[in-house]
Amino acid sequence: MNNDQPIDDAAELDEGRRDFLEKGTTIFAAAGVAAACWPFIASMNPSRDIEAKAIATVDLSGLAAGKVETVEWQGKPVFVFHRTDEQIEDMHSSQTSLDPQADDKRVIKPEFLVVVGVCTHLGCIPNRNGAKGWLCPCHGSLYDNSGRVIRGPAPTNLAVPPYRYDGEKKIIIGKV
Amino acid sequence: MKKSLKGWIDARFPLSSFVKNELTDYPTPRNLNYWWNFGFLSGFVLVLQIVTGVFLAMHYKPAADEAFDSIQYIMREVNYGWLIRYIHSTGASAFFAVIFIHMARTLYYGSYRAPRELMWWSGQVLLIMLMATAFMGYLLPWGQMSYWGAQVITSLFGATPLIGEHIVIWLRGDFSVGDATLTRFFSLHYLFPFLICAVVVLHLVALHTVRSSNPSGITLHSRDNIPFHPYFTIKDFYGLGIFLIVFCAFVFFKPDFFIEADNNIPANPLKTPAHIVPEWYFLPFYAILRSIPDKLGGVVAMSMSIIIFAAMPFLDRCRVPGGACYRPLYRVMFYVFITDVLLLGYIGSQPPSATLTTVGEIATFFYFAIFALLPFTSYWENRLLLHREKLPAAALTLIREEKYIPVDQDDKKTDGERA
Repeated sequence: MNNDQPIDDAAELDEGRRDFLEKGTTIFAAAGVAAACWPFIASMNPSRDIEAKAIATVDLSGLAAGKVETVEWQGKPVFVFHRTDEQIEDMHSSQTSLDPQADDKRVIKPEFLVVVGVCTHLGCIPNRNGAKGWLCPCHGSLYDNSGRVIRGPAPTNLAVPPYRYDGEKKIIIGKV
Repeated sequence: MKKSLKGWIDARFPLSSFVKNELTDYPTPRNLNYWWNFGFLSGFVLVLQIVTGVFLAMHYKPAADEAFDSIQYIMREVNYGWLIRYIHSTGASAFFAVIFIHMARTLYYGSYRAPRELMWWSGQVLLIMLMATAFMGYLLPWGQMSYWGAQVITSLFGATPLIGEHIVIWLRGDFSVGDATLTRFFSLHYLFPFLICAVVVLHLVALHTVRSSNPSGITLHSRDNIPFHPYFTIKDFYGLGIFLIVFCAFVFFKPDFFIEADNNIPANPLKTPAHIVPEWYFLPFYAILRSIPDKLGGVVAMSMSIIIFAAMPFLDRCRVPGGACYRPLYRVMFYVFITDVLLLGYIGSQPPSATLTTVGEIATFFYFAIFALLPFTSYWENRLLLHREKLPAAALTLIREEKYIPVDQDDKKTDGERA
């Protein structure tokens, strides 16, 4: 059989070309496999009806000064806090050291603070700590009336969700 | 680094020797044609079905009042849910298509004969498991066709003498197909593919013991074998590319081709659809069931039509290698059989009528007659072709050489020559 003999045109074999084709094919195939994986990974992300749940509307007209209303957004509590003038003034002038942030960076209108009520340490829901802020029942993290952390173990301030005003007395929480 | 890691593993696990013996040095006949692609393709479809199935199960709800809606939910709300579901539903049909071609190849080239009987039988087990899995999966969308298909097929077991009725109720867990049936079908539909994987491993271990057959049907000399990798990996992947073009054409452009329109109506236990047909891959067997006018007889005939393949190594007594290549009579029988199966498939898809029932009965007769005739025709072929040497001269030489070189001795020679 002829495969026992050396290939006559071995000299014509273009190693570089063959190498290029081999690598090209491999890269192309790997890209194809990666692309085929995408729909499967994406299918595990929240589906559209769950994304639709990610919007909450809050009517502020009935919320008296000094009161907190807790609303559900993405299955999480969001604190909507109507602050008194005294508390606004207090927060405006104070600084925190753990996660420094100015109060006016955390609110759209200073009367209403909107924060996600989930402790940034391990996800418990902080309780109201008198008129001074919030205290997490799990590990004692302390937050002020701007939702900023003043005592650990929580590493960061309470998160401010994306929200916007719809008229004077209504806010829409979520990306809209 | 790479080398020492390899050594570390090899001292604990036969990785290098496995890759060498089963892949880079695994001797494969150089003359395999594209009909030998379909084993690889069925392996690919199996993996595809398991992967898409696992992802579908993340969103599907196996309960009678939720199942149908959860499928609609997958189609409308879940990211790429439509794609994953259509791959899975089209994949079921693709699975049977490649398996049927794989079986037809085995029959045509006589690959079921010694020493490959265990491959044929393990394949037979795989076919039955695949049919069970497909049948149970078909109930899950909980549409009208799902429901009535399951109702009819579970009723088949009612033909069992004496205890038939109890078996049917036991299978359904209810007096008719209901929530209990759906839940257990889902559980088993999830389990069976993994059992199939286990039998596939047995199938492959047997394959690597007896090695691939080839179109000539003759155990080739070592010089006519080439390593599986890269020659057949590249050939298999090329075939996969062609397969995927056809497969994706269905998934993206005609995804409902294999889905009965009636299955988009939620299951209604009080109303049977006007025209109820099984999935296309069950049609020939369904036609055999219908053509026997007796309940028990029909069920027995249908089961026999699947199981009878297992008898092939006994029925075929011809020693002429290469299956239909060198056997004119067997070749005719093969094509008559394939035509007969296609005809039965057509009859199964049509509403029953007097003419079609008669044609179906004749086709059923031919289906079994071909198996019944095989011992005699193969004996005759043996005498005429082998003993009177009416074969191509080259084939005769190869057969004569083969007779004196048993398989294992040939292998030892292979290793010696390589070293």
